[in-house]
Amino acid sequence: MHTVLTRGNAILAYSLSVLACLTFACFLSTVFLDYRTNAKLNSVKVLVKNVADYSASREKHDLGFITFDLHTDLTSLFNWNVKELFLYLTAEYQTENNELNQVVLWDKILLRGENAVLDFKNMNTKYYFWDDGNGLKGHKNVTLTLSWNIIPNAGLLPRIFAIGEHSFKFPDSYTVTPV
Amino acid sequence: MGVIDQLNMDSLFGEVQRMDKRQFLYQVLSFGMIVSSALMIWKGLMVVTGSESPIVVVLSGSMEPAFHRGDLLFLTNYRDEPVRVGEIVVFKVEGRDIPIVHRVIKLHEKNNGTLKFLTKGDNNSVDDRGLYAPGQLWLTKNDIVGRAQGVLPYVGMITIYMNEYPNFKDAIIMSMLSKVQFRISLKFAYLRRYLFDKACL
Repeated sequence: MHTVLTRGNAILAYSLSVLACLTFACFLSTVFLDYRTNAKLNSVKVLVKNVADYSASREKHDLGFITFDLHTDLTSLFNWNVKELFLYLTAEYQTENNELNQVVLWDKILLRGENAVLDFKNMNTKYYFWDDGNGLKGHKNVTLTLSWNIIPNAGLLPRIFAIGEHSFKFPDSYTVTPV
Repeated sequence: MGVIDQLNMDSLFGEVQRMDKRQFLYQVLSFGMIVSSALMIWKGLMVVTGSESPIVVVLSGSMEPAFHRGDLLFLTNYRDEPVRVGEIVVFKVEGRDIPIVHRVIKLHEKNNGTLKFLTKGDNNSVDDRGLYAPGQLWLTKNDIVGRAQGVLPYVGMITIYMNEYPNFKDAIIMSMLSKVQFRISLKFAYLRRYLFDKACL
């Protein structure tokens, strides 16, 4: 009855069930935590051009250029069940064409253990700010928000908005000189 | 003990031959129970989550370090829940068999609710337009298989191994079969020993 195989089988089955219980306990211990915190955002340079989008339709679309300041301390968000924060800066606005436009301008992967105090000045965006048409020139209210997607070791994947957003206007005329 | 049975095929089939009709029927039924309950759980999850495949295994490293190969993702796909930027969606592209797990980075929604969005893998340097069907610039709601709601690491490695090594798959199925077999043969072994002891006393 008690061969090496039966014992090995029993140990394997038992350790697997213990691991499963521990993983579930780890998930339970962090599922109700509040992951909101403050972030200070500011736009510095704001320009808009009207150029052909060769990556997509080849039609002339509005292309926004902005640089931004960001100050936030995300140290408090990390715990044993936060493997990574995926930070992303979203520009949200309304145009005649579309009721809702959301464009991610910049993102950053922040792993646990890395420096989570972020202080950027006059930072360039990572992605192009193409509009789906010509709705950016003279736009009065574009909202910048910072959000993060929490990537746990095991558990849910919540998306959280930072407290504090920033709204800015685009200029009323296109910039024609190269930026 | 299940492993021994599976290694020693002669004894396994010998045991099948020694069983009477009722025992054999019981074997078939209990194996059928395992298969049908697995199917029921899967179909039930489809109803509850609204997604055609509620659990998927990550196969590529395009979302690292968030998801690695072999991670299990739990999906939902409720029609009335809006898609928003930053969300991780699983989508199908025409001409590709395997669905892709990537993040929404750009989204335009019209007054009438029509939606188009662009995705990108966290670990890729460019957006997914090169992965879409030729000429396709945007994804729409119909392309979505599900949105990622939860993650469980490593567990999906089993299915990856099963697909890569068919022998491993056979071994698992055999051990499942012999587990059913083993439970029954164990019961009878106990009974036999019990009766034998009684007889000796």
